[in-house]
Amino acid sequence: MGDSPDSAAITVEGLWKIFGSGAQKVLAGDDRNLDPVALREKTGCTAAVRDVSFEVRPGEVFVVMGLSGSGKSTLVRCLTRLIEPSAGEVRIDGEDVRAASPARLREIRRHQVSMVFQHFGLLPHRKVIDNVAYGLEIQGVPRQERHARAAEILSLVGLDGYAGSFPDQLSGGMQQRVGLARALAVDPQVMLFDEPFSALDPLIRRDMQAEVIRLHREVGKTMVFITHDLSEALKLGERIAIMRAGAIVQLGTAEELVGAPADDYVADFVRDVPRSHVLTLRWICRAPEPGDPLDGPELPAATPVKDAVAVASASSLPIKVVADGELAGVVDRDDLLAFLAGQDPHSVRANA
Amino acid sequence: MSSTTVSASSGFRLPRWAIPAGATIGFVAAYVIFRGTATLPHDDEAPQFLAVTDLREWIDDHRNDNPFFLYFLNYIRLGVGALHTLFQTVLYALGWPGITGVMGALAWLAGGWRTGLLALAGVSAFGVLGLWQSSVDTLALVGVAVLLSLVIGIPVGVWAGLSARVRRTVTPVLDVMQIMPTFAYLAPLALFFHIGAPAGAIATMIYAIPPAIRITALAVAQVSPTAVEASTSLGATRWQTLFKVHLPLARSTMALAVNQTIMMALSMVVIANLISAPGLGGDIIRGLSRAQVGIMLPAGVAIVVMAVVLDRMTLATARKDPRARTRRTDLAVAGALAAAGLALIPVLPAVWPENVTIDVVAPVNDAVRWAEENWYAVTTGIKDVTTYALLNPLESLLTSAPWWLVALAALILAWRVSGVRAALTALACLLAIALLGVWEHTMQTLTTVTVAVLVTLVIGLLLGVAAARAPRFSAIQRPLLDAAQTMPAFVYLLPALALFGTTRFTAIFASVIYAVPPVVRLVEDGIKGVPPTVVEAAVAAGSTPGQLLWKVQLPMARRAILLAANQGIVMTLAMVVIGGLVGAGALGYDVVSGFSQRTDFGMGFVAGVATVLLGVMLDRITQGADRRTSPRKRKMS
Amino acid sequence: MKIRLLAGILVLGLSAVGCGGATVDTSTTSSAPAAGSSASAEPAGTVKIAINPWVGYEASAHVVAYLLRNELGYNVELPEIKEQLSWEGFETGDVDVIIENWGHPDLKEQFIEQKKVAVEAGSTGNKGVIGWYIPKWMADEHPDITDSKNLNKYADLFKTSESGDKGQLLFGDPSYVSNEEALIKNLKLNYKVVVGGSEAALIKSAQQAQAQKKPLLFYFWDPHWLFSQTELIRVNLPPYTEGCDADPKKVACDYPEMDLDKIVSKKFADTGGKAYELVKNFNWTNEDQNAVADDMTNKGMSGEEAAKKWVEANTAKWQAWIPK
Ligand SMILES: Nc1ncnc2c1ncn2[C@@H]1O[C@H](COP(=O)(O)OP(=O)(O)OP(=O)(O)O)[C@@H](O)[C@H]1O
Ligand SMILES: [Mg+2]
Repeated sequence: MGDSPDSAAITVEGLWKIFGSGAQKVLAGDDRNLDPVALREKTGCTAAVRDVSFEVRPGEVFVVMGLSGSGKSTLVRCLTRLIEPSAGEVRIDGEDVRAASPARLREIRRHQVSMVFQHFGLLPHRKVIDNVAYGLEIQGVPRQERHARAAEILSLVGLDGYAGSFPDQLSGGMQQRVGLARALAVDPQVMLFDEPFSALDPLIRRDMQAEVIRLHREVGKTMVFITHDLSEALKLGERIAIMRAGAIVQLGTAEELVGAPADDYVADFVRDVPRSHVLTLRWICRAPEPGDPLDGPELPAATPVKDAVAVASASSLPIKVVADGELAGVVDRDDLLAFLAGQDPHSVRANA
Repeated sequence: MSSTTVSASSGFRLPRWAIPAGATIGFVAAYVIFRGTATLPHDDEAPQFLAVTDLREWIDDHRNDNPFFLYFLNYIRLGVGALHTLFQTVLYALGWPGITGVMGALAWLAGGWRTGLLALAGVSAFGVLGLWQSSVDTLALVGVAVLLSLVIGIPVGVWAGLSARVRRTVTPVLDVMQIMPTFAYLAPLALFFHIGAPAGAIATMIYAIPPAIRITALAVAQVSPTAVEASTSLGATRWQTLFKVHLPLARSTMALAVNQTIMMALSMVVIANLISAPGLGGDIIRGLSRAQVGIMLPAGVAIVVMAVVLDRMTLATARKDPRARTRRTDLAVAGALAAAGLALIPVLPAVWPENVTIDVVAPVNDAVRWAEENWYAVTTGIKDVTTYALLNPLESLLTSAPWWLVALAALILAWRVSGVRAALTALACLLAIALLGVWEHTMQTLTTVTVAVLVTLVIGLLLGVAAARAPRFSAIQRPLLDAAQTMPAFVYLLPALALFGTTRFTAIFASVIYAVPPVVRLVEDGIKGVPPTVVEAAVAAGSTPGQLLWKVQLPMARRAILLAANQGIVMTLAMVVIGGLVGAGALGYDVVSGFSQRTDFGMGFVAGVATVLLGVMLDRITQGADRRTSPRKRKMS
Repeated sequence: MKIRLLAGILVLGLSAVGCGGATVDTSTTSSAPAAGSSASAEPAGTVKIAINPWVGYEASAHVVAYLLRNELGYNVELPEIKEQLSWEGFETGDVDVIIENWGHPDLKEQFIEQKKVAVEAGSTGNKGVIGWYIPKWMADEHPDITDSKNLNKYADLFKTSESGDKGQLLFGDPSYVSNEEALIKNLKLNYKVVVGGSEAALIKSAQQAQAQKKPLLFYFWDPHWLFSQTELIRVNLPPYTEGCDADPKKVACDYPEMDLDKIVSKKFADTGGKAYELVKNFNWTNEDQNAVADDMTNKGMSGEEAAKKWVEANTAKWQAWIPK
């Protein structure tokens, strides 16, 4: 398993999913290039995922974002073939998932990848502890052992004392913690989240996001996280893929997306993001001009713009932006004010 | 849209009634001209009948040497028979103390003290009515039939619930099975499985299996897809997901399937007596053939009591919170009941002691005689008016019209109401009926059904509207309707027979009481289902209650009312055919006669098939109506 | 698990019937569990006497059942089964005895000669005859009505709501022996058979017809208790001659007078022991049967009570039937 040429946890290449009969015919012909609306009118098929490729690094939190209907759920389900892909390649830990036999596929689902769902998908007739232990139960782990493990996980997600309750006796947030615990209990290497918090109210959602960040720090799983909430994506994602009509339109860090949206769709998406929170000094610094005093305060390039404001207001000298011990550029008060006022010198420059 | 633009541009507009009126005139003219030609008079010796009778003779002669019978059908018969004997042996061995105790205990566990006491009282009622033996026989037969229905129905239902393709295949079959009048099953069954308890159990099973399949499928299909997906995503196999997710989540709905299956079995088990299945059906048929309500009534009551007890038991199980632990006291009481019952088996006689029965035969017969004598003028009046004013003219119209005219009328009617597909199905059914050689009798049965449906709808609409508008009336009416719907169809023959003797009108009367409850219910629910905001808006606009009803509530409840009509027709047909036992004649009588005269077997068999075709035809004609929201819509598409 | 169960049942079934497949009568004939076995006296066995739907038949059946139970200690089941189905019951094991058989040469041929599942068990002593009857007042008013040739003249009298523009001939239970349709056709009578559905319907109509002077033409038979209460006149159809009813489609003659007899299943004849002897010996008169039937219908007695009354009053007669 470990002998894959790349060290990615998940590799997806040229993945397609077309719903409807005649999917293979669509794929074989030129119709695959039609946009989804035209395709549906012509053939009655829905192209939910279109030629998607990406890699997820081990231990990374990879976020997929897009509007409703853009194919996110379909994409994430294709990873473990909960939905059978129409074409393309999926490798998990180097292993070709599409070539796996049903039994092997079950093994992958049992031990390597687990999933958290938007609507929880808990079993109402089972107690919380038995819901959490469900994955172990179907693996044939003896009752005592799996209950011990489940209890451990329950306390990890902060549900001590609820083992004997039934799901419908818990609040939505607590139910999703159960869902989380169920996915964690089998100790997978990869966890998939399909909009896990969008059914929760905003305050609980924030708690749960913090919970995921904490868990990620503690257990260090690779995570693929689906959301249509940009702030959630920015908060959790190391890298973010933006999907539209089944295809990925841009893939990059938060800063890249906000700083350099690939097209109007992405730009529209990130318009309301408080840019000073996301962009760093690296993004707005400029090469020192002759006459710029270079004895001002020094800040690392990864400092968010908003944190530079206080420094700039304390000193009238331009701030030196340092990356890897070397001077990357300077930012002065005017630059900062212009940026905050919305005239992004960099992007103006980039667009020109 | 098309109609308005066309008429506007032509500047001339036909009134709305013009086309139907024109069509009617056309048909009347055609009838006057062609009347009496191309009729298909009934012939008892039609070659179609004789062919079937011969087939039966052949089967009878080869029942014991043809391999298909020897190695297949007879084994089924044998297996079912052995199962029945097993049930009977156990029940007989338990005797009345054992049965009472065990039933009481089960009921107590299922639904607490109320249900427990109900079961105790109910089981004792069998004895008190003097029908212990027949009741136990019926119970054994129902037990076998329900067991078989579930053993076959639940797996099929689960499969249909899991796979949309299976569901699509099974549904039309179940549709036909459900509109198939009970009578129609019996002749073919007797052909393949002979007569007696095994054949009766199989007939009952066939009748009771559709709800088992349908409701199970529904229950399984309703299971939250996320829960299923979650299970799959954790690597569960199909079987694991089936047993750990689907079945537990579908459990309480599936208990309803059991409940419905039992109810259906109970209503069929009586009719199965016509092919010599034992039990309470025998008492009812004896009462019928002796025209003694006093014999039938206790048997009818016993069936109803059995239905109520089993209904409450299964419903209580279905409604029970699966997580709630059975309380210790309940366990103790149930245990004590069962133990007491079992302990008393050797002490008490196995059959109900005769001195604790009440004999209602004579008093009931006296009461009926009194009613007959005193209401004779009224009942005969009603009967004669309906017969001379409605039945006879309609019947002579249908039987003297050329068959193609009738077929054409059915075609056009079905087309208008339900579209092309339904029209073609209806036509095909009618043609098949003509080919089968039972045209005249079918027309007679159709007459009876039509009149019965009209009466049913009028009464059903009146009661339904009244209930929708007066909550108090509804509250009084509901439990009555509930009870009426629990009763097996057969029971309705009782009062009808007592009041009207053996005539066609008796069948009409019985079918009206049989079919009115569901119609009332559908109409009431339909009217109540009109959104309150719409009603509010109409009231705010100053509508009188009458206007509200005619202009808002009834039109908006159209779907429900049409559905009620459809239900009414299917139920009426089933009952009118059973009415063959009490003088309704035509197809129903042919079926009965087919059971009792070997030479008429073919005719009875064919009549059964024709009944099914008639049912499919009537169902198709009316079924499309409730799928369409308004007649305009279709014109546009 | 299920498969093993199934296999088990199959093996059981196979071993029960040898390996030659299953025939219809392999079912558990007569071994139905004995109901009502009080702990004290083990019953000698179970006898199933079919009950055909007319009261005279029931009278005979109840008397025999009473004696079987109380004198010989048998269990008796009395399933309601119509005439022709009862014959099939011999084959399936649902019926042991038909206590009053009306002719049925075709069934005798099939079940006794060919299938060999039934045997004759002698006459009941009753003489039976079927015919068409009218109430006496009609014969008084229209003396020539009793000749079937004149029936068409009076067809209008017999019209009812159920018979349309023809005269009504009221028939009984659908299962009764019947030549009515053929007779009407072959004698060219302007009549329609209307099925009353039961003996009771016939009796009620006959009583009303006489009491209220309503016209009525109906199918009926002797022996029947009704004749002692209501005066009925038989309509003369063309007289019966040997073989005139051979082809059921061509019948144009009256019903013959029949010696009513008993039929039992082969199995019962072979293994029925004393019960079979009793059934074979059973023989009484039309008056005996009418007395019991009258008690059952008009005195509010159950079959068992009426049988008891007759048995207590006629010891000498039934003593002769009891096997030694
Ligand atoms: N089983 C299916 N059959 C046919 N079409 C489907 C199926 N599942 C999804 N689709 C279609 O595929 C497209 C993508 O659906 P998907 O559920 O992946 O979107 P999504 O991005 O997850 O949306 P949301 O945010 O609403 O969950 C949609 O147009 C949807 O209608
Ligand atoms: Mg989604």
